[in-house]
Amino acid sequence: MQFLITVLLDGLIYASYLFIVSLGLTITFGVMKILNVAHGGFFAWGAYLASISIIYLGDNEYNSFLYYFAIFLSAIIVGLFFGYIIERFILRKMYNEDIHLIVLATFGLFWILEDLILHVFGVDPLMPYYPAMELGGIELGGIFQGVYSLTLAGLAIIVAFICWYFLKKTKYGKVLQSVIFDREVSVSMGINVTKVYLITFIIGGMLGALGGAYIAPTISVSPGFAIDVVVMSFAVVVIGGMGSVPGALIGSLIVGLVRAFAVHQAPILELFIIYAIMAIVLIIKPEGLFAPPKPRKI
Amino acid sequence: MKLINLKTLGRIAITGLIASVLPMSVNAKDTVKVGVVSFLTGPAAGPFGTPAKQGAEIVIDAINSGTMPAPYNTKGFAGATMNPIFSDESGGGTKQVGLFRDFVQKQNVDAMIGYISSGNCMAIGPVADEVKMLTIFSTCGTERLYEEKLRSHVFRTQGNAVGDSLAAAKYIADEYFKGKVSTSDKMYTGINQNYAWGQDSYKFFKLGMAQYMPSAVGSTKPQFPKLFSGQYGSEISALSLDKAKIVHTSFWNGDFEAFMLQALVRGFFQKKILVSSVGGSGVDSLDKKFPDGVIMGTRGNVGLIVRNDTTPLNKWFIDSYKKRYGAYPLGPSYQYARAVMLYKIGMDKAAKAAGKFPTQDQVIAAMKGVTFESFADTIEMKRGDGHQAVHSIAYGVTKYNKAKGEPGIEKVIKYSASCIYPPAGAISQKWVESGMPGRKCN
Repeated sequence: MQFLITVLLDGLIYASYLFIVSLGLTITFGVMKILNVAHGGFFAWGAYLASISIIYLGDNEYNSFLYYFAIFLSAIIVGLFFGYIIERFILRKMYNEDIHLIVLATFGLFWILEDLILHVFGVDPLMPYYPAMELGGIELGGIFQGVYSLTLAGLAIIVAFICWYFLKKTKYGKVLQSVIFDREVSVSMGINVTKVYLITFIIGGMLGALGGAYIAPTISVSPGFAIDVVVMSFAVVVIGGMGSVPGALIGSLIVGLVRAFAVHQAPILELFIIYAIMAIVLIIKPEGLFAPPKPRKI
Repeated sequence: MKLINLKTLGRIAITGLIASVLPMSVNAKDTVKVGVVSFLTGPAAGPFGTPAKQGAEIVIDAINSGTMPAPYNTKGFAGATMNPIFSDESGGGTKQVGLFRDFVQKQNVDAMIGYISSGNCMAIGPVADEVKMLTIFSTCGTERLYEEKLRSHVFRTQGNAVGDSLAAAKYIADEYFKGKVSTSDKMYTGINQNYAWGQDSYKFFKLGMAQYMPSAVGSTKPQFPKLFSGQYGSEISALSLDKAKIVHTSFWNGDFEAFMLQALVRGFFQKKILVSSVGGSGVDSLDKKFPDGVIMGTRGNVGLIVRNDTTPLNKWFIDSYKKRYGAYPLGPSYQYARAVMLYKIGMDKAAKAAGKFPTQDQVIAAMKGVTFESFADTIEMKRGDGHQAVHSIAYGVTKYNKAKGEPGIEKVIKYSASCIYPPAGAISQKWVESGMPGRKCN
């Protein structure tokens, strides 16, 4: 029983982290049909901006509430700033280009964002541990879990709910679904697709940055740490289905739980098993488990 | 007009020719150009690459100006000033081999110093011999570098990982297992990065435990997470559920710091005893949050282990480093400085013997098998046909120094090289498995 509870908790925490990061990636793909490799850059910048803010607040003994304010503000700033610049001045000029060229452009942008980090923040690792240390640990199922890490699950649930409410219950959400379904039809119906693209890219960037900013207090934030996260996010969206929000959720849960089980039972298979699942999904259902339906065009 | 232009062109050409010839002649006598390679970007830059570069800079500048304490107080390298060219080690073996060739063939360096990654050392070692370039590896740990093949142009001033793991096992057997009788007290497990360094480190720790403490039992589920994975929630849970009390790790860089942070908030160190073979570099990042009671090594008598050592050379290094960079030198700072010191020894000794500025072959001959004083230790180039260093390895237990307000270490035990390294010519694994014949422990 203790084993099952522990695996479940470990899996849920890791899945929550993956969901927040991969959600931005899958939304951007769903709307814009762009595989945004630069998503890792948003993640890294979110982590760095949050880190220096938290370290400043912690060193100067500000109210702990401000840590969380800094985390969300960092995500918003990074998403708005880089999201606007990248979409407005680079991607918008490439929408008519071959999709592979756009992927290469985002790949280049990822490295530019990574390199900018070196120039702005330097190479020394940052450890903004204050929020994680202050919340400490709690005994669940016989072993201690970090409370801060558990709040990740809460954040993931809130983000998933906001996403669902936005897409299903708001006018703009319906507009977004229309663009996801068919860009040309949306244009003919008077939807400003250019604006939708810009807003979507910024929101996707904010989600990526939020993942980095929120995870920062539990890791050593150092140059290059985002690369693995991007790769793992790709595995999640491939399993769940590119462009599918429920897919990102289920994909994250599958990867998180399977990885946790492997770490406990067969540690050497930890990575193999994730990519084996991805390969199986690609063979059986190449579009992913929950890929949105494609319109039939005549 | 045309004539003037031709004359001017001629003057420029002659001036250019003189300018291009002059530095070459100066280079041969007054300066030595050396490539110094460490991680300047990526997760290993902060805790390893940058302190390594800074350690090299301190020693190079001091030798160039003749201000380093004895026995390194003569000016320059065989009288020549070292002109270091610092380069980034990131990008993997293939990229580094390309850069190495570039250093040799295009930049015409006189020697190469550095390299942290074992993978890079294994890739560059054969190339250094092929292009006949004197190369001093400072940090990388794989024992395969000299056990697979002897190297003609490659030296390594750092003992290999075998000594780090065996010393860790001996410390556990001597200090922790003494008098312990319960099964869980005698069990051990590990969390190591899933590549050569991590797997070899745990392998030799296990082999060492089998020799020093035959009744100790290794876990069936040691953890090997991916290098730079950063998230260890599941691994910490699995280790917590494991009955083993001793947890060995060779984590380094940001991975060590992330693991410590995540384990700390989960009360991991109240139940487990961590043995870290190279975590000394990460202690300062967590400062007073770093838990007491972690059994800690720094891959020799460097970094945290010798912070209070008052040997004049060590004191000078710590003071100079703190004055220039505002922090204590870490293990890699010492390792890189040590490699530079060997180069000076080789150059000076060869120049003295030859009575003139030495050739590369003379420098190599002078460095081979040499024994020299490092900061708080003696380095013997006695393995790998005189190209591979052995030295003592120390372990201690972390204890925050409240009086000084900084991380500290206590209960330090130094294991001599003859106790933890196989004799010259032996293969490490076979030597340990056969009961470490001929070992002499102090």
